[in-house]
Amino acid sequence: MSRIGSDDWVEQQELRSEYYTGFTGPARKAFDRVGPGPRFFAFLAICAIFPFFPTVADSDFLIRVGVNVLLFALLALGLNIVVGWAGLLDLGYVAFYGFGAYMYAWLSSSQFDVHLPTELVIPIVITASAGLGLLLGLPSWRLVGDYLAITTLFFAQIFVELMLNLDRLTPPWRDEPLDVTGGPNGIPGIDDMRIFTIDFEQTRDYYFLLLAIFAVVVVGLYYINESRTGRGWRASREDPLAAELMTTPVNRLKLLAFAMGAAVAGLTGSVFAAVQTGVFPQNFEVALLIMIYAALILGGAGSISGAVLGAIIIAAVPEILRTPENARYLFYGVLIASLLIVVRPWKRVAGIVAAAIVFGFAAHEIVALIWPDVVVGVEDGGLGGLLDSWVLVVDDHETLVNFAFVFLVAAVLILTQLRGESRMLLLIPTIYLAAFVWENRLVAEPSVTRQLLFGAILVAMMTKRPQGLLGTPRVENPI
Amino acid sequence: MAALLELKEVSKGFGGLQVIGHLDLTVDEGEIVSVIGPNGAGKTTLFNLVTGIYRPDDGDIVFGGQSIVGMEPHKIANLGIARTFQTLRLFLNMTVKENVMAATYGKTKARWWQSALRTPGSRREEKEVEKLAEERLAFFGKRLVGYRMEQPAYSLSYANRRRLEIARATGTGPRMLLLDEPAAGMNPVETHEITDLIARLRTEGGYTILVIEHDMHVVEGISDRVVALDHGVKIAEGSFEQVATDERVIEAYLGAKAVRDEAEEAGE
Repeated sequence: MSRIGSDDWVEQQELRSEYYTGFTGPARKAFDRVGPGPRFFAFLAICAIFPFFPTVADSDFLIRVGVNVLLFALLALGLNIVVGWAGLLDLGYVAFYGFGAYMYAWLSSSQFDVHLPTELVIPIVITASAGLGLLLGLPSWRLVGDYLAITTLFFAQIFVELMLNLDRLTPPWRDEPLDVTGGPNGIPGIDDMRIFTIDFEQTRDYYFLLLAIFAVVVVGLYYINESRTGRGWRASREDPLAAELMTTPVNRLKLLAFAMGAAVAGLTGSVFAAVQTGVFPQNFEVALLIMIYAALILGGAGSISGAVLGAIIIAAVPEILRTPENARYLFYGVLIASLLIVVRPWKRVAGIVAAAIVFGFAAHEIVALIWPDVVVGVEDGGLGGLLDSWVLVVDDHETLVNFAFVFLVAAVLILTQLRGESRMLLLIPTIYLAAFVWENRLVAEPSVTRQLLFGAILVAMMTKRPQGLLGTPRVENPI
Repeated sequence: MAALLELKEVSKGFGGLQVIGHLDLTVDEGEIVSVIGPNGAGKTTLFNLVTGIYRPDDGDIVFGGQSIVGMEPHKIANLGIARTFQTLRLFLNMTVKENVMAATYGKTKARWWQSALRTPGSRREEKEVEKLAEERLAFFGKRLVGYRMEQPAYSLSYANRRRLEIARATGTGPRMLLLDEPAAGMNPVETHEITDLIARLRTEGGYTILVIEHDMHVVEGISDRVVALDHGVKIAEGSFEQVATDERVIEAYLGAKAVRDEAEEAGE
């Protein structure tokens, strides 16, 4: 029942103020209150750190991570045009990235002995990718949602299959087969970029090139989003029929979104090909597509800064996980942070943490008394020393840990179903179990851990903050 | 007065169902015409035909001396036909102001690369569009201006959403407005306000208006002419009094028995 003289906004005010409870409430409220404009400038200020990264980063490896972050950020920005703004579920996106990379390879390697100047290759790649984007955009005139997703996913798969098998193509005018893509071996030995007089040889050079591209793309996209084109995209995403009847040429704008996203991906692909000095079909598989989507969803689809933040997280976190010590900080950090976010009030958080610590020491002592030969210490250094007598690390009992893992999953599932005190009680051993599984198994296997971690982050994100870290909350259209 | 919109012998069927049959309808420049009829009479289909969502099976639709049959909907809209929807179809996640600004797409020219480069032309145009949106929203008094302009459209109340739909339609710079049940779901005060509003749209905005309405007080208050439809066929046309007392109209709404009963009562 609505009260007389009030509208939804006023009514929801109470709901909204209830939403910001708990001691993180003020912070979240302040964060949500910052308008998109100031948010964007804060984002630019953060981006200003990028140019100084290579002066701080001492190793080639770190620069390489920086390059990966920028590649990912550009891909997420391109995808954001199609998915975040125009609202078209494009699962063929990764093929444009691959197409750009292969185009660059064909035009500047010994594969066909073509070595065009880079300042000519780049426009060709951008135009060709945009053209391919237009072509793939055509089904979007008739298909929406899931149907479009399936169609475009086929395109991505076809691309990989073609690249794998076009190493022995026999055109009608030739007798012997022609090696177009190098098949599974890809095209190695791609030329470095050379734009006018600047040679790009080291990874560091490419880092700055990518940074320049990134700056141009971010600023350009920001202005486009603010313009009639951006409004047209958002209107067609919200309600294509209403947009069309409000003078927006929806079909043309869909194609434009596809072409622009493809152009960004193609350009990124050509830099990727040059920096890797080779292209291989497995670089452009669906796994990469999922990671780009994860970056966009995590950061917040529809927001430029969100796409970039998501890309930073997705590209940088796996690198942090490479060393067990960093991974450990990340794990316990995330554990405590999520406790702070989910459990309120703070007294309860303190209680749970204290109980988990006591529980851990007790469990450790008991097991050490009963089976002293099983328990081995945590390796030294940093957090390891602190955790040594808290968490159990067992020697050579893989099956036991595997069972513990299954128990952990079960415990988490039960936890979501419980309410009140029993939930808090079960939470304590669950935390300990998580630490146990982590120390015994996951720390040693970063590849598995990173998949699990991303899965967990995305699930938590979708339930707690479906709009993503920097996204704006949206309502579903009732029709 | 010259005819602005003219439907000649227009027919439309879905499968075996004839929704509109050989309909002739003329709306003159500056006129307010109401379309009434029971549910399923084909009123909304009529709007969908005029705005180009459906293509008529037969007949011709002429707007401003030009046949619009087979044109893309956004081109028809750009010629000057704007509409609202019976079930509201706002861009809910865009701000109130952006909703109106989005409707100016057809009347603006900046291409995407000009916007990306912030050319003086594109910036000027953007300012004009923003001003126009604020003007259109100010038409509804204080209801849609101020802090509300920057709020997402989903935060508006139902009545304000209806107002915003009209504001958005006027944002396209139309010559003619098609209003699909503007008073649906409104309380009596708001309904009364809509009656005034539609009159103001003509006098101040200069729009020709074709309106579908079920509320007979609104129809009586605004219409120069009323057209009654039943099963896609025009059963009566004329002033409100003529149509309201037309036997076929009463029969369409209440059934043949009610007409007989009334006749008997009158006979006693």
